Amino acid sequence: MRKSGGEILIDSILKEGVDTIFGYPGGAVLPIYDALYESNIRHILTRHEQGAAHAADGYARASGRPGVCLATSGPGATNLVTGIANAYMDSVPLVAFTGQVATSVLGKDSFQEADITGITMPITKHSYLVKDIRDIARVVKEAFYIATTGRPGPVLVDIPKDISGARVDYENPGPVSLRGYRPEQLPSSRRLKEAADLMAAAKRPVIYAGGGVVSSGAYRELLHLAELILAPVTTTLMGLGCFPGDHPLSLGMLGMHGSRYANYAICECDLLIALGVRFDDRVTGKIAEFAPRAKIIHLDIDAAEIGKNVRVDVPLVGDVKEVINLLVSNLKAKLPGAWQEQIYLWKKEFPVYYEENGHLKPQQVIQEIYNITKGKAIITTEVGQHQMWTTQYYNFTRPRSFISSGGLGTMGFGLPAAIGAQVACPEAVVFNIAGDGSIQMNIQELATADNYNIPVKIAIINNGYLGMVRQWQEFFYNRRYSFTELVNPDFVKLAEAYGAVGIRVTRPKEVTVALKKAMAVEKPVVIDFVVEREENVLPMVPPGEALGKMLG
Amino acid sequence: MYHTLTVLVANSPGVLYRVVGLFSRRGFNIDSLAVGQTENENVSRMTIVVEGDALILEQVTKQLRKLIDVIKVSNITAEEFVARELVLAKVTANPAQRGEIMQIADIFRARIVDLGRRTLTLECTGDEAKIKAFEESLRPYGIKELVRTGKIALLRGSKYAGVNNIKEEAL
Repeated sequence: MRKSGGEILIDSILKEGVDTIFGYPGGAVLPIYDALYESNIRHILTRHEQGAAHAADGYARASGRPGVCLATSGPGATNLVTGIANAYMDSVPLVAFTGQVATSVLGKDSFQEADITGITMPITKHSYLVKDIRDIARVVKEAFYIATTGRPGPVLVDIPKDISGARVDYENPGPVSLRGYRPEQLPSSRRLKEAADLMAAAKRPVIYAGGGVVSSGAYRELLHLAELILAPVTTTLMGLGCFPGDHPLSLGMLGMHGSRYANYAICECDLLIALGVRFDDRVTGKIAEFAPRAKIIHLDIDAAEIGKNVRVDVPLVGDVKEVINLLVSNLKAKLPGAWQEQIYLWKKEFPVYYEENGHLKPQQVIQEIYNITKGKAIITTEVGQHQMWTTQYYNFTRPRSFISSGGLGTMGFGLPAAIGAQVACPEAVVFNIAGDGSIQMNIQELATADNYNIPVKIAIINNGYLGMVRQWQEFFYNRRYSFTELVNPDFVKLAEAYGAVGIRVTRPKEVTVALKKAMAVEKPVVIDFVVEREENVLPMVPPGEALGKMLG
Repeated sequence: MYHTLTVLVANSPGVLYRVVGLFSRRGFNIDSLAVGQTENENVSRMTIVVEGDALILEQVTKQLRKLIDVIKVSNITAEEFVARELVLAKVTANPAQRGEIMQIADIFRARIVDLGRRTLTLECTGDEAKIKAFEESLRPYGIKELVRTGKIALLRGSKYAGVNNIKEEAL
């Protein structure tokens, strides 16, 4: 049967089980959009290509399935770049399709031409420039395979207009064979035994769990391991929710704005069991003094992460879930002792807290969002103070319920990600907790939410500052607030202009009412929480300091 | 310390860019790089000389292995291997000096490949030490232009790091 390149592309995407694409049309993708016109794929038209990439990312994080975005050549493609980089840093399976100028004018600085495969090479797991229509089906198959296996990540497929517009007799591609790509590995039995021996011998073990646990779906395995050897569990930002935050062994998040008890536990532990993590600088603080008394077991699917930032005593390369299953078969249950007692005491002595003073505090807002959603919402955030308060005051108990830009720290991620998450999980309550700075970086996506009636709730923690930068200026730059104060639009009117519901809250007692109202409407809602302006995120490990040296 | 890596890559467009880009963005130093097709037309072999300690080398190898187009990475530094470089040098050579230069060429088993009115172009292959010595011997005559290929290398004896022998060592 003769088909156009665009039709082959859409067919191939459908074969991967994709039901939704986030995209934005343009000249060089016309043949692909023409094929979409009558297809069974749901296409969500965002208002900016960056929004499409982040929405696909949020969709992937909420559902565990690959996210797909589509843009035209040149500026369309370059607008995806931040979204692709964001997915790369957080290991999110994303497949980005871009239109490209026709092969006959490729490389001639043609209208809307950009070398997007070249531009995205450092921020994709792999990329393709398709120069033959007969390659489309195979390339799509490979792209999804690469994006979703091993350590997940974004793959870009660039398709010139003459290729998507050409017609050819369509053939099914054979099975994918990539000689240089072997995503599945298992550690040797010698390494497994070394790890099990260390776990059996440890007096003060700590599990440090991250995004790899989520990608691997190893929640039950992690819980089982922790309860078996009675190891307290601290998670990274990416790992929040992979271990129930209300479990007695939970330490919450570690690192720069981690809990005191998590950071103390890292300083005192004699065995650190690192699962699907990459020892990021925001986690470790001063690397030479990270877990100074501990032997380190590092389990990750990406061999290159092991030994990258810290020396490791037992490297385990493999899928977190599979390897934990192999490990626990060699382990015996432990009884609680002095270490578990110490953890309990630290948790009692150093809870996260804030001072109430009659004014509206950001922490209160987040706590009340937790209460009213009973901890069952999907929460996305932007980047900054509100993000850190969310990690402290919303107790995440379920995997994939916290969606945030970790590695890249992308302001403007939260709103489109919330839209993507809501599309993936139509039944869920989805909140985007935002700052007044961040929300304005992709605020145009309110139009998308309104257009498709995607009922995301946006809580703007509005302090009239780029709050986290201001906090650093307060602590480390002698209160010189250089260009961090914001003059903002009226967010309520703005919401209404976009067809959303706008609510303003300025006093502590109004919070519950506003949240209830927001939950009751089946529409996008923006709540402008005008909070105390110079509240700080505490505790805080100053940059370059050891984890034990927290301020606040 | 210098390490010699031999890297088998799929002969696909942009593969050189991927490898070189990886080195530059992660701050690894390439001392020399030679690329060419192997016995299999779909596969190229890169011989890369890298400077760095064991930790850097471990990262270089692991990061290279992550590239989809990279089929196999072998660090052959500690193995017995044959390494060669080719150099072409254009040297100032008045008729009176030609004899001397031809003698030097003999010593190094180099060949004269071109003759100009005032120049000689020589071709020489060998390991790094030999190429260096050859260059030093020509220097007094005045080297007008010189080009080196970068090192290429193969394991000695019946061992091989070839395409058909792909077994990634487990960590």
